[in-house]
Amino acid sequence: MSRGEITKHIEAGEGEILASSGMDATEKTRSGSFLQKDGQVSFSHSLIPGVDILAIREALKSIPEAKEYYGSAFTSLKREFPRDTEGGYFIRVKKGVNVELPIQACLFLKSQGFKQKVHNIVIIEEGARVYLITGCSASAAAKEGFHLGISEFFVKKDAFLNFTMIHSWREDVTVKPMSISLLDQGATFISNYVCLKPVKEIVMYPTSVLSGKGSRAVYNSLILSHPGSLHDVGSRAILAAEDAHAEMIARSVSLGGSVINRAHIKAEFPRTKGHIECRGLVMSEKGYIHAIPEMESDLRDVDLSHEAAIGKLRREEIEYLCSRGFSRDEAQSIIVRGFMDVNILGLPDKLRGEIEKIEERNLQSSF
Amino acid sequence: MFEVRDLSVQVGTKTILKNINFNIEKGVPAVLFGPNGSGKSTLLKAIMGFEGYSVLSGDIIFKGKRINDMHTEERVKMGLGIMYQHPPQIRGVKLSQIAGFLSGDRERVAALSAKLSLENHLDRDINLGFSGGEMKRSELFQILLQDPDLVLLDEPESGVDLENISIMGAALNEFLKRPGKSALMITHTGYILDYVGSQNGCVMIEGSLWCVGNPKEMFESIRKFGYDKCKECSYVQGRDHKAH
Repeated sequence: MSRGEITKHIEAGEGEILASSGMDATEKTRSGSFLQKDGQVSFSHSLIPGVDILAIREALKSIPEAKEYYGSAFTSLKREFPRDTEGGYFIRVKKGVNVELPIQACLFLKSQGFKQKVHNIVIIEEGARVYLITGCSASAAAKEGFHLGISEFFVKKDAFLNFTMIHSWREDVTVKPMSISLLDQGATFISNYVCLKPVKEIVMYPTSVLSGKGSRAVYNSLILSHPGSLHDVGSRAILAAEDAHAEMIARSVSLGGSVINRAHIKAEFPRTKGHIECRGLVMSEKGYIHAIPEMESDLRDVDLSHEAAIGKLRREEIEYLCSRGFSRDEAQSIIVRGFMDVNILGLPDKLRGEIEKIEERNLQSSF
Repeated sequence: MFEVRDLSVQVGTKTILKNINFNIEKGVPAVLFGPNGSGKSTLLKAIMGFEGYSVLSGDIIFKGKRINDMHTEERVKMGLGIMYQHPPQIRGVKLSQIAGFLSGDRERVAALSAKLSLENHLDRDINLGFSGGEMKRSELFQILLQDPDLVLLDEPESGVDLENISIMGAALNEFLKRPGKSALMITHTGYILDYVGSQNGCVMIEGSLWCVGNPKEMFESIRKFGYDKCKECSYVQGRDHKAH
């Protein structure tokens, strides 16, 4: 397997769309790739030893333990999940492997009205480390598409997973991701969600169960909500072991769309900690943001806190920048770019730079 | 260099400034005294062209041009600048971003930030968590990079300890000694007068200018007798002026 082989599976007109959701077709900055279009897995390969990247269907046939993992996160929480899925990825980083360059996975809606339903499994074994960037996007033809993504993450003892999901849909696409992550002792799971393009409706409420001592879950989101879009997005963490720690940081800008920012931290074990930070900026009179930070515990020895703030662009801030010589448009743009701070995602410099470029392109086309 | 003629300004539905007249020459900074709520900050904001400060009548003339209808940034491009009393905090906007916009000279930015002990603030969100002294130093830092010809200073020394006043006063004095520069400064404490030489003071009370004179003498008089005494001054709105 050689770098850039994925380009053979990218058709004319698809490259730019895939790039907008984080795909590096040259793979120069990647350790492996997965690409699915509609219901078909087009391509998957790993470029380094100790990492499995393959279609879920294939994994269920060739990797005996894959079957044990399949659906187990949902059943552990007694939750139902759709079984009529078609495709999805299986990614496993073996014990102790430190994957320096990110792995990329892309789920692409190609055809009009297609209902894409995938089931993904990610296993990060003991002491392993990886950055996984998942891009979900739709072609110009994929009108009124639908995407359902079921994801199960297993982050083992002292393992590290930074999962960055970039959604780059169309204004008539409906999206419903369902995800559960299980964290063992000392495990770290960072989930970043970036959605800057129009979408019809996104509903998601991923859950992390921190059942390992000293485990840590972080959910960050950057959402730009365009007129006509509805984002009902949130995250939930169940702190079920000593020194478990969850943090949720949301930044939402409404250009006229509706955003419901949910966050829920439940402390089921003493000496746990959780913090929610939810900030919204409403740029248009038609815009709507509803922040719902929730914290729950019947224990005394827990530390849960939240801060939430929703506002519009403050005149004083724009004036301040104008008094330094910026035009009003420049001032507004600087403030929004500052608000949508990619630094909250905790990414290494190179990957952060990539996301900054994607954000910049989207913001440029929005203002 | 700068002239205000018969200026009346409304904020909301209330007329705050009434028929203000004064002028400022190059190299001759002016000092504005006045009790709280007298309209001093309103005057500075109206000069900057901030939203909500409507000029009812009169002219603001800078470098021979009437600037009443110009946007703030256009006034800034002409050489106006303001040092805020209470600058806003802007989350996500770094001091270094503004510094980079104001001056493309990285070495100058680095040297000036070091001089004002702001090296560690460059990568911080502007004014967020800054102490009173840090905010003022940051304001001064930006103004010096911006290099306006007329700088409006809204209580530059308020909330600043003596050591910081000394650093700031010296930097301001150095700036104002350069050819073509001038300032209009509001002060309550008068500390800044120890550093910035000025022969041109006036008092604003209830939206009108009442008294004109030597700032140090005026400040002493205000300290002794309060602002009520200023109303007894023979100078009101363009009449011959005399300090107490």
